[in-house]
Amino acid sequence: MVMEGNLELKEIQILEGHTDRVWGLAWNPTTGVDGIPPMLASCGGDKTVRIWQQQASSGNWDCKVLEDIHTRTVRTCSWSQSGKFLATSSFDATTGIWENFGENFECVSTLEGHENEVKCVAWNSSGSLLATCSRDKSIWIWEVQPGNEFDCISVLQGHTQDIKMVQWHPSLDILVSVSYDNSIKVWEEDDDSDDWHCVQTLGESKCGHSSTVWGISFNVSGDKMATCSDDNTIKIWNTPTESTQTSPNGLGSWEHVSTLSGYHSRTVFSVDWSRDGIIASGGADDAICLFAKSAESLVDGPSYELVLKKEKAHDMDVNAVKWNPTVPRLLASASDDGTVKIWQLVRVYKCAQP
Amino acid sequence: MSGGLINANPTVYSKQERRTRKTKAEDEYTRDLIDSEEIFDHIRDIKDPEHPYSLEELKVVRENDIEVSSKQDYVRVNFTPTVEHCSMATIIGLSLRVKLMRSLPSRFKVDILVAPGTHATEASVNKQLNDKERVAAALENPNLLEMVDECLAPSY
Repeated sequence: MVMEGNLELKEIQILEGHTDRVWGLAWNPTTGVDGIPPMLASCGGDKTVRIWQQQASSGNWDCKVLEDIHTRTVRTCSWSQSGKFLATSSFDATTGIWENFGENFECVSTLEGHENEVKCVAWNSSGSLLATCSRDKSIWIWEVQPGNEFDCISVLQGHTQDIKMVQWHPSLDILVSVSYDNSIKVWEEDDDSDDWHCVQTLGESKCGHSSTVWGISFNVSGDKMATCSDDNTIKIWNTPTESTQTSPNGLGSWEHVSTLSGYHSRTVFSVDWSRDGIIASGGADDAICLFAKSAESLVDGPSYELVLKKEKAHDMDVNAVKWNPTVPRLLASASDDGTVKIWQLVRVYKCAQP
Repeated sequence: MSGGLINANPTVYSKQERRTRKTKAEDEYTRDLIDSEEIFDHIRDIKDPEHPYSLEELKVVRENDIEVSSKQDYVRVNFTPTVEHCSMATIIGLSLRVKLMRSLPSRFKVDILVAPGTHATEASVNKQLNDKERVAAALENPNLLEMVDECLAPSY
């Protein structure tokens, strides 16, 4: 008898409640530890945000609905590092800030300024800054002030089309944006002033994407990032830790490492790098793919291989995939089919008959 | 409309004869296969945004420009704007997309594309029409949705 271990993505829960497509997901980073069950926020075309949390006693997932603030689609949501605040970006051109009072959530601030759809919102690692991006081609950096006040400290211009997503570096105040103009931009604050500048643009001429870039995710240490695109590929980027050309924050410039193509047959909308190094991706082909660094490393850098493809993970497009930051190998996915699914990546041992 | 039409004198063609659709599914357990004829029937009567004619009469849509892979649940529609600089191309494309979204089973993947070489800004029109986030945002705009619904009205 031979024991063979195969990785399998096991669907452990389907969360139903949204009445339209689900666009965004965010795990509360302070849950899933110390006996607190994991808490997940989802948002979508029904203009609501839903907060899901598994009850320790029954095992059922409770749902709280946050509504009546946004008047159009809620595109993304993001938890502050403290787990106390949830920010929501909406097609209604505003960003909502919700405070978590334990039993209930209250909208404590609404950020206005963008001309049209706010497509993404993200907190920096310390929770002191917020970035928003829009179809108006600009990125706004907001500073958190006492009393739930948010001051816009900088408006970043540079993309020539709408910006799909912004993401902060896991430990440094470096922001990365991805756009309908096919490019990826890296932004940093100047050493001597409060101004923010684009320090690098990764376009098609630098092995970048050939169509809209939809998503970006850093690895846990922040020396690599993955981006995904309408060109059906995922690209891996690396910044040398020992570089002669460093930015104010001490990171070198980003270089293309690898292109994962031929795995998704339509647009890849979302990519997420787990703490233990597994890259999840979801796309318009209804599939979820998982990638990991290959065992045999190449002379010119690491290579990545497909470890699992879950066809028909949802009945329609997969818009978001998110690893739980505290519970290992727990993945959430959101879809046009209106559902959120919770998956556990497990190794299955099969006994092969002699 | 006093601003002048984009194409003041479009050529109007005669409509194709309507066929009675054969019942393909012999019993309720056989999945009825969707073909280009069925897709054409869904979209032929959509009204042009600036003329009282249907997209079929203006040859903006033709059955031959529809590709269907029923096994893969995939539909591609190529449409031909009446003039190369037609600014109505996005409205036409949006109408086609919405009609098929409402008519086909949700598992279907749909690509809507300007027929190659028939529009000056082909790539940008195609990119916009196939970006579902942009489409979703456009359809939340009441004015745009009203325009689309007006085009779709004769097709139901």
